Amino acid sequence: MSKQLREDVVRKGYVLPGLPHLLLAADQNPGWQKVRQAFQKVREDLESSDIDVIVVYSTFWPSVIGHQIQAREEPEWVHVDDQFHALGSIPYKMEIDSEFARELDRSCKDRKLHSRLIDYEGFPIDTGSVVVQQLINKDNRWPMVIVSSNVYADRAETVVYGKAVRDALEKQGKKAAAIVVSSLSNRMHTTHVDPKDDHFSSKKDHEWNLKYLEFLKEGRLEDVSQLSRQFHREARVPKVTAFKPFWWLSAVMGQNNLYAGEVYEYQPVMGTGAAVIGLTPANKAARDLEFDEDDPEAFAGERGVLGSNEDMSDSSGSDNPFSGANI
Amino acid sequence: MAKKGEIVAGVLAPHPPHLVYAENPDQNEPTAECGWETLRWGYERLRKSLSEIDYDVLIVHSPHWRTQVGTHFLGVEKFKSLSVDPIFPNLFRFHYDLTVDVNLAQGIHDEAKGAGLVTEMMTNPDFRVDYGTIVSCHMTNPDWDKPLVGISSNGGARYFNMDVLGATMLKLGEATRKAVEASGKRAVLLASNSLSHRHFTTESEVVEDMSKEHINNHNQYLWDMRMIEMMRSGKGQQVLDVMTDFTEQATAETDGGSLTWLLSALGVPDYPATLHGYGTVIGTGNAVMEWRPGQEARA
Repeated sequence: MSKQLREDVVRKGYVLPGLPHLLLAADQNPGWQKVRQAFQKVREDLESSDIDVIVVYSTFWPSVIGHQIQAREEPEWVHVDDQFHALGSIPYKMEIDSEFARELDRSCKDRKLHSRLIDYEGFPIDTGSVVVQQLINKDNRWPMVIVSSNVYADRAETVVYGKAVRDALEKQGKKAAAIVVSSLSNRMHTTHVDPKDDHFSSKKDHEWNLKYLEFLKEGRLEDVSQLSRQFHREARVPKVTAFKPFWWLSAVMGQNNLYAGEVYEYQPVMGTGAAVIGLTPANKAARDLEFDEDDPEAFAGERGVLGSNEDMSDSSGSDNPFSGANI
Repeated sequence: MAKKGEIVAGVLAPHPPHLVYAENPDQNEPTAECGWETLRWGYERLRKSLSEIDYDVLIVHSPHWRTQVGTHFLGVEKFKSLSVDPIFPNLFRFHYDLTVDVNLAQGIHDEAKGAGLVTEMMTNPDFRVDYGTIVSCHMTNPDWDKPLVGISSNGGARYFNMDVLGATMLKLGEATRKAVEASGKRAVLLASNSLSHRHFTTESEVVEDMSKEHINNHNQYLWDMRMIEMMRSGKGQQVLDVMTDFTEQATAETDGGSLTWLLSALGVPDYPATLHGYGTVIGTGNAVMEWRPGQEARA
């Protein structure tokens, strides 16, 4: 990291994988062990920072009704993964910054996003968030806030969502680490594979992962954000409409390429591309490209689906129910 | 010679948590004023219909227990916990206490494995049963006095395509039928899925305000009606033939394979299904339908 670092409300950004093998079975594969050790480096990195809160965007937590924000102060449960239940159970207790969660909810609404707070005993916090919390913040040294990934959201909505996080941090004067819990390529094995024989599901996936890692190592976060649609087509099983985590992360971190990037580790986990990546705000941009994606400030997409066409007219008086979607 | 088991009914039993919410059972924490009556009355008719037959076990295939590595089966006899819907936690926080027919689950597992499918028994006692399984079972049998077999849905439609998943589900259905026959038990099968499945992404202030409820789009409605008419007409094979198109064009929840599994287990019915009810839930299309092998539809 030779670049001069700069101060920002978002002190650190990370991309972290969330499969439970890293927590419960890392000793079964040398690559998994390396990824787990990289989480320890993230922990050390966080300890050397002055953050107040960790904000987690988990691709393992889908939502349908807008964007859900975990706000329960001390959620506690014994978690079992739907699929990898044989690996064992994960008892956890988290500390959530519910005050920040509420600020974020207000910030989302200010930007016309549909959001809501989640404050229920026994709410099923997703595997990815639990695994990450256990590996970097098991002692709850820093309070966290976890946000969902809406299955229908596309880029505009997700970028605005990221900007709302930044708004909330600035309003509360808090310094944060922003984390996306996501694999790069997400193609898992579809048959039982002995852990010692784990490998990338596809060479093409691996090549795209390497391209992304090359960019991120150079701090080109906005570049990978702009390439998300291509990456979704090339290296993702299309379980959802779009590959969103880099849209969110880049928006939270300021939408530029001004970062020092570090790839702590990259290995296959159950066939997926599991990378531990860190980004720190820096003064010198790796590249200064002309981006072709839009930069929305507020969400103006389909909102009135429950109401009549009259309800859906925009302030300009147009009665086209979709006129508000022009962002 | 041991008595041969049989599938005595097959049901398309959708699982929107809104239905349990509106029923206000003691097990669910939130309470509602009303809502989604056409579907809840449909389930009421289903329960009345099933009360006329004797059965031992419910076998439910759920899209909300999604596994990528093959098909998994609940393999613990007792589960007791709190199920909170990750999408609609405001509506569904259900205290469940259920019994699994592990022997039959193992039997289906073994048959499926023998047919070349990737399978796994779920034996972790801390596992939380998915809300799809719970909703379909509760609406079918709110007394919870029958054991169940829980089967996961495989993500093959996304990893490969719907045709690949369909081929797998046809095998799983056959394996289910053989295992039921070998068990000597009388089983009711539940395919726990909606038909069209594009949701609204906002929720009205009063969630059960039925003035806000309607199908998400006309295309979905047309597809739902087409599928229902085929099922009501005993055209099981035709339903399978269009399953890929339906799934893709109506964003249908059949992408979990539940309906294909059910039709296969029933031997691809050429007899009519009974439509007990159709309704929308937050824009999705849902039908409660019953096949009774060896009998004509009664509605």
